[in-house]
Amino acid sequence: MGFKSYCFKKSLWLFHFGGASCNNCDIEILDCLTPRYDVERFGMVLVGSIRHADVLLVNGSINKKDKPRLLEIYQQASKPILVVAIGACGCTGGIFAEGNTFAGPVDQIIPVDAYIPGCPPKPEAILAGIVKLLGKN
Amino acid sequence: MGMQLFYFLIFPGFLFVAVAGAFLSWFDRKITARVQFRKGPPLFQPFYDFFKLLLVKETILPARGAKGLFMAAPIFAVFGVTLAGIFILLPMLNITTGFRGDLIVIFYLLTIPSLTYVLGALASGNPLAAVGASREMKLIMSYELTFLLVLAGVIIKSGQSIDLQQVIRIQQEGTPFIGSISGVLLFIVAIFCLQAKLAMVPFDMPEAETEISDGIFIEYSGTPYAMIKLSKYMLLFVLPSLIIAILMNGSRLEGIHILYAILKLLAIVLLLTLVRNTNPRVKIKQAIRFFFVWMNLLAIIAIVLAIFGL
Repeated sequence: MGFKSYCFKKSLWLFHFGGASCNNCDIEILDCLTPRYDVERFGMVLVGSIRHADVLLVNGSINKKDKPRLLEIYQQASKPILVVAIGACGCTGGIFAEGNTFAGPVDQIIPVDAYIPGCPPKPEAILAGIVKLLGKN
Repeated sequence: MGMQLFYFLIFPGFLFVAVAGAFLSWFDRKITARVQFRKGPPLFQPFYDFFKLLLVKETILPARGAKGLFMAAPIFAVFGVTLAGIFILLPMLNITTGFRGDLIVIFYLLTIPSLTYVLGALASGNPLAAVGASREMKLIMSYELTFLLVLAGVIIKSGQSIDLQQVIRIQQEGTPFIGSISGVLLFIVAIFCLQAKLAMVPFDMPEAETEISDGIFIEYSGTPYAMIKLSKYMLLFVLPSLIIAILMNGSRLEGIHILYAILKLLAIVLLLTLVRNTNPRVKIKQAIRFFFVWMNLLAIIAIVLAIFGL
């Protein structure tokens, strides 16, 4: 493993995109930053601007209004950027998959590097997903 | 010539200030984590962040904006901090810099980083960055006068000396300035000025993360953002060193005094971090009133006390 990819893995900055979410996944993502799970141990922090982000967390079902916004956010990010789809809605569409306004799961809009299923996924599951993501590249 | 280059680039110049500042930044984040009952990042986290931004991430230039100024502003910020660091650290190591009035020069050099952040933010053409830049400008206008009053108090206490080496020598021969009433008042005012200069939480409205999503730095990515991070790390070392030099006896490079200097530095950063972690962000109006009325009043009281020798 080279120096560059080592530094990249040790300092992943997260940007959180919530689609038409029921807010359960949002709360579970925030749980990862609390004292009990504390992802800052691995150098992960939430950043305010997509230009600084290394990981784009997408949760919630993506509807027709969300789709252009998600695409724009993805194009504004500085590459390399990893995309993680969180929750059943992000991965497949969940119970909204046959809805009128549904615009496809996340991986039909932008390339996705990791899926974390669950409704909502537990913080342990999110951490496990992040560990698999780090092992992948 | 070789010696001067060594001073500027290695010790106590660019490299030393950057590495020490990075470790202080880790200290700041670790203390923050401990205050919140978390474990905190590993020791080399600031280095990982810096090298990731420098080597891995793509640099995006604003489509409609002054690209040259946008790229040059962070580099000027690093220049400004490096020069200020050298002017502060050489007298602290008891090396004669060879000109009088360097306190005034240090004051101007320490303004450069904030000014360049404003320039870079306005060059990016982002509306949120413009909001951040206007707040940063107001903040600069409110704390610079107070900071100048602190320096004025120090100059009066040292018997009209505007030479940093002289100021340190007077303290080391007598008592440190913080050992008097006016010195304590000046120290309190200086801590709040530092908080505003470093844009730490009570005064972090230029880069309010939840409100205007990183404000002045919103458009920065890749290498220029790495330079901004570097200048932030360096400021976190240079500004507490200035407080140590003008109020807390400076430092001596012999035996146990090296340990004392490190402890003084850590104590000041600890104080800054604790203030940062126990306060909410104030509005820009409140910050201006805080500095213009209360901090200026405190600084003027300290100056009057200093004139009467207290």
